[in-house]
Amino acid sequence: MRQGFLTIAWRDLLRFVRFRALLFSSLVQPALWMAFFGIAMSASFDRLAPVGVAPGGLPSVNYLTFMAAGVIGMTSLFVSFYGGIVILFDRNWGLMREIMASPIPRGDIIAGIGLSVVAKSILQATLILIFGLLLGAGFFPGTTPLTGIAAYLGVMLFVAVFSFGFLCLSAAISITLESPEGLQGVITLLTMPIFFLSNALYPVDAFPPVLQALSVINPLTHLVNGIRFFAIGEDFFAVGETYHLTAIDTATSLLVLVLFAALMYGIARWRFAVARVT
Amino acid sequence: MAGLHHTFGDVVAVNGISFSVEAGEVYSLLGPNGAGKSTLINVLCTLLPVQRGSVHVAGFNITKDPALVRRVMGIVFQEVTLDRDMTVAETLEFHGWLYEMDRGTRRARARDLMTLVELETKRDTLTKHLSGGMKRRLEIARGLMTRPQVLILDEPTIGLDPRTRMRVWDYIRTVNREGTTILLTTHYMDEADHLSNRISIVDDGKIVITGDPAGLKDTLGRDVITLETSDDNRAAGLLSQSGLVRGVTLRDGGVVMTTAEEGSRVLPLVFSLLTDAGIAVRASMLKEPSMDDVFLFYTGRELGEQLAGQITVRHSPRGR
Repeated sequence: MRQGFLTIAWRDLLRFVRFRALLFSSLVQPALWMAFFGIAMSASFDRLAPVGVAPGGLPSVNYLTFMAAGVIGMTSLFVSFYGGIVILFDRNWGLMREIMASPIPRGDIIAGIGLSVVAKSILQATLILIFGLLLGAGFFPGTTPLTGIAAYLGVMLFVAVFSFGFLCLSAAISITLESPEGLQGVITLLTMPIFFLSNALYPVDAFPPVLQALSVINPLTHLVNGIRFFAIGEDFFAVGETYHLTAIDTATSLLVLVLFAALMYGIARWRFAVARVT
Repeated sequence: MAGLHHTFGDVVAVNGISFSVEAGEVYSLLGPNGAGKSTLINVLCTLLPVQRGSVHVAGFNITKDPALVRRVMGIVFQEVTLDRDMTVAETLEFHGWLYEMDRGTRRARARDLMTLVELETKRDTLTKHLSGGMKRRLEIARGLMTRPQVLILDEPTIGLDPRTRMRVWDYIRTVNREGTTILLTTHYMDEADHLSNRISIVDDGKIVITGDPAGLKDTLGRDVITLETSDDNRAAGLLSQSGLVRGVTLRDGGVVMTTAEEGSRVLPLVFSLLTDAGIAVRASMLKEPSMDDVFLFYTGRELGEQLAGQITVRHSPRGR
């Protein structure tokens, strides 16, 4: 059996666990978002759009529950976007020559780091869900243990595909650029519009048409929709908006994410094929 | 390797290099920094594409079957390529797994190699806490994890203290005795001299001469004479036409020539020739050739192509 990608993933996770500060901060940071931003914004949003006055008898969802999906999306975006940095460091100071001179197929290098990053994203998303439930978010309403687990797995499927896509983009940039500072800059530049042109923290319906169009092609919007479908439900009312997320919409969102991930994987493969690591 | 050329833009790094290494041999590429050795190594270990020429390793064409070539080759790079935050044991484990060795084999092999390079007490030490010599030994152990048929060592003792160098040389000899073919690049003459069965001197992207260490020294003749004169250029010209000496090269601060007979008998003739031409000899030195002389002779400024062409190398069968 091909094991190359497992080797790469093992080593990446080894570093994740070894750097206590990295491990600690990556687990605590999303909790802080939930605790500070979530609770603070809940107080404002829930006053502006009070819970419980939903039209048409729809279940009304408080802001903490609404934005938790956004925090999961944001965390996955950051983890996977920064996940490729190891490639740049390895290329400049570490193992990339050893890896490139070994028989491991180039695709396995990307897949290995992808596996590691997906594992990290799932761990963080799970922690956010747990932390959210502790803070009073209404996830998985009216589910039995069995449907609850199915809904959880649905959320994680979306997180996994999304994270893999952005990791591939990050890997493609990392193998192309020379300096960590440059990478930092590019990632920051890309992260901001992706995050704010999405439905992570607020509804996109009130956006001007151009921004709304951009938000529709934004993978983060599709991730957040997928998470909300599984974690909250098909129809709900939040932040003054009515949401109808049908199974078809959700399947479409998943398809968009899969296509996005496949495209990014292709780009990463191409960048690895032309990269000269010496 | 046949007719390898490699350029970076306008810069010609490798300009038509051909050589072949016999199985079980230690073969050195000796050359100054910037001679093209590292480019050659990078092509050989498939990190750079073959632009022109052809390269076979252990019977596999590296352009057609890079994956097979990678499998039979072990590499110790010039720069340290260790993950600072992995332990000694993890480094070996990672490498063995990368080459798809099964768990039992890679554990056993790692244990044996840690003993070989005397790092068994450093098993769980992060590589960033190892000394330069230990890092190098670990990299050699890593290169040997897969029992490669061919081990490539790119400047294996660069930056190491003399004692550590000796130990690294010992490992290299041990590994070679066990049947591994070794291709070594170095800019240390003594290293090439001590370790190799055969040496190619590389300069300006070309192989200048190939031979076994003793044969290369023989090409210089009995003795090497170095003169400092009032007019080195003219002296070199006169001497190369005189037939008194075998080869003449001009270097910073002197004329270097090699002799066919005993140098002490040639020297007076050289003196009188130069004195008659009105050239004053300020200093002279006579000694038996060392690998340094071989190196400087062949990579120094040549006085015309024929001179180098006149020299034929005796290939003695695998010496030592």
